[in-house]
Amino acid sequence: MFASILAHIDPLNPFHHGFIIGFGQITMVGALLAIVAALTLFKKWKWLWRNWLTTLDPKKIGIMYLIVAAVMLLRGLADAGMMRLQQALSAGDPSFLTSDHFQQVFTAHGTIMIFFAAMGAIFALFNLLIPLQIGARDVAFPFLNAASFWLFAAGAGLINLSLLVGGEFAATGWLAYPPLSGIAYSPGVGVDYWIWSLQIAGAGSLLSGINFLVTIFKMRAPGMTFMKMPLFVWSSLGSLALIVFAFPILTATLGMLALDRSMGMHFFTSDFGGNPMMYINLIWAWGHPEVYILILPAFGIFSEVVATFSGKRLFGYKSMVWAIVAITVLSFLVWLHHFFTMGAGANVNAFFGIMTMIIAVPTGVKVFNWLFTMYRGRIRFTTPMLWFLGFVLTFTIGGVAGVLMSVPAIDFQVHNSLFLVAHFHTMIVGGVVFGAFAGFTYWFPKFTGWKLNETLGKWAFWCWLLGFLGAFVPLYILGLMGATRRLDHYDPSLGWQGLFIVAGLGLALIFAGVGFQILQLIVSYFQRKTNRATGDIWDGRTLEWSTSSPPAEYNFAHMPNASERDAFWEVKQGNIPATTETAYKPIRVPKNTPLAMFVAGAACTIGFAVIWKLWWLAILGLLGLITLLIIRFSDDDTERTISAAEVKKIEQARQQKQEEEHSWATS
Amino acid sequence: MGNLVGQTADQTTGQAAATTPLSSSSSKTIFGFWVYLMTDCVLFASLFATYAVLHGNTFGGPSGKDIFDMPFVLTETLMLLTSSFTAGLAVLAAQVQDKKTVIFCLAVTFLLGASFLGMELYEFHALVAEGNSWRTSGFLSAFFTLVGTHGMHIAAGLIWIGVLVGQILKKGLTKPVTRRLTLFSMFWHFLDIIWIFIFTIVYLMGVM
Repeated sequence: MFASILAHIDPLNPFHHGFIIGFGQITMVGALLAIVAALTLFKKWKWLWRNWLTTLDPKKIGIMYLIVAAVMLLRGLADAGMMRLQQALSAGDPSFLTSDHFQQVFTAHGTIMIFFAAMGAIFALFNLLIPLQIGARDVAFPFLNAASFWLFAAGAGLINLSLLVGGEFAATGWLAYPPLSGIAYSPGVGVDYWIWSLQIAGAGSLLSGINFLVTIFKMRAPGMTFMKMPLFVWSSLGSLALIVFAFPILTATLGMLALDRSMGMHFFTSDFGGNPMMYINLIWAWGHPEVYILILPAFGIFSEVVATFSGKRLFGYKSMVWAIVAITVLSFLVWLHHFFTMGAGANVNAFFGIMTMIIAVPTGVKVFNWLFTMYRGRIRFTTPMLWFLGFVLTFTIGGVAGVLMSVPAIDFQVHNSLFLVAHFHTMIVGGVVFGAFAGFTYWFPKFTGWKLNETLGKWAFWCWLLGFLGAFVPLYILGLMGATRRLDHYDPSLGWQGLFIVAGLGLALIFAGVGFQILQLIVSYFQRKTNRATGDIWDGRTLEWSTSSPPAEYNFAHMPNASERDAFWEVKQGNIPATTETAYKPIRVPKNTPLAMFVAGAACTIGFAVIWKLWWLAILGLLGLITLLIIRFSDDDTERTISAAEVKKIEQARQQKQEEEHSWATS
Repeated sequence: MGNLVGQTADQTTGQAAATTPLSSSSSKTIFGFWVYLMTDCVLFASLFATYAVLHGNTFGGPSGKDIFDMPFVLTETLMLLTSSFTAGLAVLAAQVQDKKTVIFCLAVTFLLGASFLGMELYEFHALVAEGNSWRTSGFLSAFFTLVGTHGMHIAAGLIWIGVLVGQILKKGLTKPVTRRLTLFSMFWHFLDIIWIFIFTIVYLMGVM
């Protein structure tokens, strides 16, 4: 059995799959070796184990999510770079990449960006912010939370492994429509890698969804009724409800595709009574809510950012909440607009077209509420605020294009064209990615205790915004000219090459933006002494700013008072007391454990074994997984106590630090 | 022995009174488990929907009418329903700290569940032996997957019973152990409900 794997690994000739893949392999192995060497050289293994790998602290787990998401974003951007280069060069014959390789690249790009970059960023923010914003000390199920992260990381690992072991990924597009993704037309391991990396990461997402839903329902600070929750928590709640109801559909769908491929079943085959259309319905019944799973938290981030930097209460809080609820419900009723051309009939198409137009209404309400929040506010044009303003521009362009395509008759014209590609990139990049960057800049000092360099941040923003417009406006035009998506070459007489080159230059500008972001991190790290921000640096409104930056392991020494909306702002205005507690009490926190990581390791082993049909290894992995779970669920001693004296010591040190900083600032 | 159990329980509550443990509220765990069951429900709903679409696609192979043996399936069903009843009795016994009855009820639940699973596997085996495997048609793929997914849940439940009995013997009916028993019974009742849908939609409607 191993022979089949070994046949795909050729250590003497890493380039036997072609230069590009060989280069990717060398980069990946090199990066891994460099990390291992650095950890050994600086004797950091113990530190890594104790502070990170075994932690159950959601703040640290959030940071780990962010690191994985950033690495995957870079990988997805590299794929984007290859695609732009291919299309800029391929007037005539395909140059640069072979057709087969190009197909794998666009599949990997979509899969990685959605499942690992965007989802990773969203889950990072859930972990970092939800407990702090609702005034809780932890999440509902800390072990489950760590396990979710490690499952996500295992999925990311598996998708990268496809480059090393097997040298092949799915060439089917990011949603792997059958019958193309069936065993008859994709006999290699590429689609299996796709299925199992998503299945494992998806299980993590689902568990995380349950966890944070319970956290919001059960662990809010005293006084925080639902209508007093910060808007980010509300938008996360919508997103979490969608995760809980949509991800099981993905699990079932991927499971059925896997059964088709490995057990010879006939769910989605085009013979033996299978029905490929069923797959397309099921995958979009998950896929459309997924879009809102990503965008809703971004809406929440913008709501916090706009209110803070306008120095005003958010305009129309209640209408914002109802808009979130409406979007959450409606997002399950529009999935068919992804395949109007499938032939469901005029009435069905009309229904889904109208639902799609309706869902734009609550979204519009939100945009206007943000603008009204700014109206007559004292606006501070910080980097997070710039990301917000950029978002308003791009999101409106993308939204208008979306409503245009909700008309089935128009959709028939632009279906599968670059116009569509441009539309959803405007929503995801201009919405989710800009939102994640706004949130990253805004809350960065909260978790590090120092601020990011504003000048470099603004440079990054302008490069991203202009690069984004440069990269995607040409695609709108090309789409209307008839260019379909996933083209690896085109006839020179069509006259498309110029626009493809412009799009490539736009992406180059985005790369420059990424460069500025990396530079910003490095520069800010070295300036961290002068950019100290251990408290409420932005004059914030919500509870996370009421505790120290970075917060202690237990988040809040005293349970905060959350009896008003924007509780911390009301405290600062002297309208409500910060807390009703006075004495320090002992606090229970979860003990570290490596079991969460081992559970994901076992899941990853099972996935790898099934991909390569090593059934003995799959059974071994399953037994390992069951054993690990039994060990964990037989352990009743999973918490430790931080004594009242310790809490007092930590809190006094924090106060002293803040006073010092204050005297620095005033002198 | 009873004394020992009482002591453990006291220690747990004593600890709970001194500080507030993070996982103090069982309500959080039970609510979380409810949400999990709802996600599982969506998973089954997807399989049911697929079955509904594919059930007529027999591709020249047998249809439900040709292969379902109703008295056999009814026996299976009654066994599973009874096992759900005994699981409920185990939870009631745990509330009055009656360890022996809890273990007895769990043992009966296990035996009934295992017999159910055995019968299901026998049914599958017979179908495959007659040449009607999941490779035959879209209908049979959907059938084996839907019923088999339920069966896999039952198998997980059986392992869970084993672990629970071990924990009860070792630790007694402590708070965490009782909580796990409650979760198990929720899981088991949920599988019962899913089975009733399978019985109705797959078997009853299949032979009509």
